[in-house]
This record gives sequence, C-alpha cells and structure tokens, in this order.
Amino acid sequence: MSTATAARINPEDDVKDSFVSFERVQKSYDGETLVVKDLNLTIAKGEFLTMLGPSGSGKTTCLMMLAGFETATSGEILLAGRPINSVPPHKRGIGMVFQNYALFPHMTVGENLAFPLKVRGLGKAERDAKIVRALDMVQMGRLVNRRPAQMSGGQQQRIALARALVFDPQLVLMDEPLGALDKQLREHMQFEIKRLHEELGITVVYVTHDQGEALTMSDRVAVFNDGRIQQLAPPAELYERPVNSFVAQFIGENNKLPGRIEALGQGVATVRLVTGELIDATPVNITAAGQETLVSIRPERIEFKPEMMPAGAHRIGAQVLDVIYMGDVLRVRMKVAGSEDFVMKCRNTLGQRRFKPGELVEIGWHPEDARALDPI
Amino acid sequence: MADLSANGAITGSNVAVTPLSTTDGRSLKTALAAAQSRAKRRALLLVLPLLLFILISFVLPIGQMLLRSVHNDAFSANMPVLSAWFDENPGKAPDEAAYSALVSDLRQARADKTAGLIGTRVNYDLAGSRSMFTAAARKAPELEPPYRDAVLAINADWGNPALWQAMRSASTPYTANFYLAALDMTRDPQGNIVRVEESRRIYVSHFVKTFVFSGVITAICLILAYPVAHMLATLPLGKSNLLMILVLLPFWTSLLVRTTSWMVLLQEQGVVNNALVATGTVDPANRLSMMYNQTGTVIAMVHILLPFMILPLYAVMRPIKPHYVRAARSLGASSWTAFRQVYLPQTLPGIGAGALLVFILAVGYYITPALVGGASGQMISNFIAYHMQSSLNWSMAAALAAILLAAVLLLYWLYDRLVGIDNIKLG
Repeated sequence: MSTATAARINPEDDVKDSFVSFERVQKSYDGETLVVKDLNLTIAKGEFLTMLGPSGSGKTTCLMMLAGFETATSGEILLAGRPINSVPPHKRGIGMVFQNYALFPHMTVGENLAFPLKVRGLGKAERDAKIVRALDMVQMGRLVNRRPAQMSGGQQQRIALARALVFDPQLVLMDEPLGALDKQLREHMQFEIKRLHEELGITVVYVTHDQGEALTMSDRVAVFNDGRIQQLAPPAELYERPVNSFVAQFIGENNKLPGRIEALGQGVATVRLVTGELIDATPVNITAAGQETLVSIRPERIEFKPEMMPAGAHRIGAQVLDVIYMGDVLRVRMKVAGSEDFVMKCRNTLGQRRFKPGELVEIGWHPEDARALDPI
Repeated sequence: MADLSANGAITGSNVAVTPLSTTDGRSLKTALAAAQSRAKRRALLLVLPLLLFILISFVLPIGQMLLRSVHNDAFSANMPVLSAWFDENPGKAPDEAAYSALVSDLRQARADKTAGLIGTRVNYDLAGSRSMFTAAARKAPELEPPYRDAVLAINADWGNPALWQAMRSASTPYTANFYLAALDMTRDPQGNIVRVEESRRIYVSHFVKTFVFSGVITAICLILAYPVAHMLATLPLGKSNLLMILVLLPFWTSLLVRTTSWMVLLQEQGVVNNALVATGTVDPANRLSMMYNQTGTVIAMVHILLPFMILPLYAVMRPIKPHYVRAARSLGASSWTAFRQVYLPQTLPGIGAGALLVFILAVGYYITPALVGGASGQMISNFIAYHMQSSLNWSMAAALAAILLAAVLLLYWLYDRLVGIDNIKLG
C-alpha cells in the first residue's frame, strides 16, 4: 500500500466531479524563471482544498491566477468546465478573503456587505435580507453600523468572510486569512470556516503556510515547493505517508537518518546508516540498491519502553542530549546513529520516565514507520 | 467605590475613604496637579519663541492691515476745526463758518506741511482733488474774509457738493468707504450708496475673475496630479523617490526663473510657436498668443502649483494597499466601479487638502500674473500690489486684501461644512 502512494501525485485519479481545474499551467513574471511549473490540479465541487508551502513556492500565484489578478503564461484554467483565462476578475463570481481583510475603511460593515450586491444590481429589500443572513452566519449581526477601524482583528476577519459569502459564490478563495490573528482566535476561526464550508456546501481553495491549519481544515492538501505540487493528498496520508523528503520535512516534525540502500526488496529496503548499522525501512521514492537515502521517522512513533515496543521493531542505542518540557509532551533530543537532532516525543503521563542528559537508552520503531526517501 | 471594596482583601473597605496623601502629609491630588502644571509651564517656554514670532510677524501685521482698511485719520487729525464743524452740522450745506474752518485748517496745514496728506486722503474718494488742497493751502495765509468767496476765487470747484461730501466722509477716522470702493460702490452727494459708473467698475469683476481662475487652475492641477500621484504611490520606493525628486525640482528653482522660462517658451516668437510653425501646424501669420494673457497665467500657475497638489495626494495614496481594489474586483466591481467607489473615496482627504492648498495659493498669487498676465491675466492681488506700491492708497489695498481673506475664510468654512476639515490630510 505504501508503495502505491508514490504514484498518487497525479490528482486526476480520485476526482470525479471536477469544478476547478488547472491544466498544464505555467507562470513566469520576468520571462526567465517559472514561478509555477506545469501545474495540473483538479478540485471537486464542495471540496476544501489547501495549498500549502513555504513563501515563494508559487501557491499564492496559483490563487491569484484563479482569482484573475494574474494571467497564466501558458496552460488553461477551467471553472465549472469553462475556460476563464480571458474572463476579468469581476465576472468570475469568485468570493475572496484576503490576508489583511481588505474591508473598505470608508464604509460601514453593512455598506461593505452591500457592495457586491449593489454592483450586481440587487434591490434594497433583497440586499438587506442577504446581509442579515450573512452577518448571522458569522454571528456579527450587531456590528452592522460599525466601521472597520472600530473592530478587532477577529471581528474584521469575520466580516471579510461574510462579505465574500454574501453574494452566494460557488467558489471561495482564502489567502492566508488567519495569518494576522493570535493563536487562540486562529483556532476558533478555523473551526468557524470549516463549519461554514460544510453548511453552505461551497468549494474552498485555501492558501496557507501553516501546516497545522492545513491538516485540521482540509479535505485535501496540495504541498507546493519550487513551483510544483510535491504531494496532493488528504491530511492523514500527507502526514503518515509523505512521498518525498520535502513533504516529510515540511509537514510535522521529522527525524531523518542518512544512509545508503543495501538491498531493495518487495515493500522493504535495507538501509546501512552512516555509522554502519543496518535497519529495515519502507521504500518510498527510491529505485535501486546503492542509492543515497534519508530515512524518515516521526518523533511520536519512537518507543523506548521494552514492553511497549511493537512486534518486529528495530532497536537501536541512543544517548539523551537534552529534554524539553512542553507541557503535554516531553521532547527528548538524542544522538542516534551519528545524528544529533533525533527527537523522541513521549506523553507527559503520571509516572512517565524523566530522562537525564547523557543517559543511554535503547529505542525502537516499526519498520513501516521508517520511510526511505530521496536525499535532499 | 462599592465594587472596588467588594473586590476583597487588598483594597479593603476603609482604603477608599481615606484620601491619598504624600509622605509629608499634603493631598496627593494637589501635589500631582502642581507637579503637572510646572511641567506644562516649562513645556510652554519651549514654544514661546515661536508664539512670539507668530504674534509679531503674522497676527500684528494682519490686525494692522484690517484696521487700516477701516481707519484713516489723515484728514480728521490734520483738519480738526473743519472736522468739528462737520460733527456739529450733520447733513448741512457748507456755510461761511465751514469755509472759515476750512481756511483756518489749511493755514495750519501749510505750517505743518500736511496739505499733501490731507489732499491724498480726499483724493481717494474724489479723484483730482489733491492739487486743490495743496494750491489752497499755499494761498491760505493771504486769504481775507468772507472766506467763502475767497476760497471759491482760488478754484470754483471748492463749491462742488461732491467735494464737501468727500471731506465730510473723510472727517471721521473710521470709514467703510474703502470697502465700498473695493466693491465698485461709492456715495452720491446725498450720502446714498450707489454703484460707480460702468467704466470704473474694476474690482468686482477682478474678484470674480480671480476666483474663476483659481478654480480652473485647481481643477487642472487635480486632473494632472491625480495620475502622477497614483503612479508615485504604486511604484517601488526606489523609483518613486527618483520621480519625486523630479516633482520637487521646481521647488528648488527660483520662481522668477521658472516664470521667465515660460515667457521664453510661450511668447509669440518663442520656442513653442516656432516649433508649431516649423511643423506647419500653425500659420506663420497668426501665431498663437499664449503669453501676456489668461492662457499664459493659467499655464505658468498650474506648473508652479502642481507640486502642492501632488504631495498631499501622494501622502494619502501611498498607504492605500492594492488589495482594496482587488477585493472590490473580486466582489464583482468593474475596474471603473472599483476606482469610483473604493479608491476615489479613500483619496478624498488628499483631494481636499490639495485643492484647498492650491486654491488659496492661487487666489493670492502675485508674481506670475504680474509677469505673464498682460492686461487680461491680472488678478486681484495685482491691484493690491498697485495700491501698495504705486497709488500708495494702503487703506484701499487693505480693504481689497481683507475681502480676499474673508472670501477664503468663507470657502474654508464651506469646505468644513461639506467635507469636514478633519478629513484633510497633508502627509
């Protein structure tokens, strides 16, 4: 099963009802370098798709091309089966939430929400009904006469959300909408956005560089790097079965042990680490024996109690370097097979063993949790 | 207080009752107020030089000017006896006593050498009367009674009721006559306010012209400056700074140099006309006259005042982020609607500030119209200058300036009512 995921970069396989699709889209600003390289992506109706990646990876450019503020250098973007490359932004009918809210400062909340309805020529009664409904959706009905400057960041973000939804768009784009909020408010808003997405059945394309946000909210996540989608998968698959070292590094915390493939069999690879130990790992994107590799293991999949060790686990000696108390977990940094930033996470339970720096301990993990990936 | 003490242990219920005091027993409230007022007084000392400077160089001269526009005692102070007769006999035609008073004052004026001053003052109201005073004062010592006949013998115009009306109005140091004159009005021999004859009405039309000119100049400046300011505001900082230097360059060049270079460019044998003739656009026989008329004044003043429009617009546009317009577009607004309903309203404070600045500067502009305006391009400021420098009728200049000031204040008030003065943003 794990080998099968490697082939899942192509998104066409599991999408039946395509609503938005990028077909061989490329984008270059200066005519020399491509910011987006050969993008193929299909988004289903009603899906919550997140574009995740470091800054400069091309994710925002993709969103801007979909919104119509940037034009694709080549390739085609389709919305509900219709090519929209030459459709101006105001005729695309796409709702958009911006990072800095972009509420019009000279208008009240009510006027801000009335704006998209007015330009569509709706009558006053109909407008008012829609505004009330949209404000109730984000629980901001009482702020209708406020100006943006008189509201907190969280309130402004809710209004921006209501404004993007008030004209009933089928597709809503969100460009790092929660980036300016504090942690608690951000988590609350994630929940709100998710709820609205489910209630309204809209399609959402969400851009963020916060992997936690991407994992908690999305149906599928497209991880961008260097102008390409590195992996497109549901959150659990992305976290548990990253297809290359970049995704493994970018999503969650990750231990990496460098080594060389000794033997490559069906679903199992033998890796010789730099210190000479031989370990078993699941091969992901390696093709032949003799290749350099990085073995990736999640910190929470590492066990040190002999009685808890999974059957068939690979054991290895480790030296504790330091312990960081994080509240819910203890983060133990240790030296394993020559690597000094190997991290193990153990739950902070009653009677949990407290490690001391310098202590020697035997740790282990199941070979399926060790994934042999390409060296970066 | 109630919920403070209810808060519990620390505040305690009796703390709120005892007033706070310093260690030496004074009330803390008074001690704090005293300390703060000392700090305020010290801070005031820092701005005192500027306050004094403004008082001496701004408030006093303007007050003086306003006073001068209603007060002129050249006649009343130097013709005390006749002034007293006017006071005692309101509305009465001059009798022998009046002429007697006139001669006695003229004798004194000859001794004090003030006849010229007196004549000048009456001359403001009745042109050509100055020489009558100097001539009569020269002969006054030899005059014998009856004075009426003696004075009329010098010059029969002394019997002119208009002259006596002028003298009567000059006999009180406070007068509204300069304002009447500035509005092309005068008093007839009966003392009624009437408009001056058609051919002498110059001021009202020039006030109107000044305001129309300023309005046109402001509108042209706005139309030219808006796109430039927008470009400056959206360019990367490095490039926009370079262009900003070009905008500011005229500020560092002498006003005279700029104005004279416009004269070189626009005159009939100038660069622009020569170029037009050379390209065959204009017939050599009728070259465009763009200098020494209204066209020249408008062109040169727009050029000079343009930075005053660009700078406030730029200051307002710079912080407006492009995502407002993007948001409007994504919400379904065409680019024109997005500009009109989202971008333009946010730049209104800059438009207001720039327009008010340019308009007020244009209304009072002097050098440029004086140099390139010719006959038709003169503004009211040129008349003020004329009365200050040539006719030496400072009261008249002061009255014209005061009307200008009042009109500008009126506009300012109107602007405040319509747009709100706190909406102005200069940077």
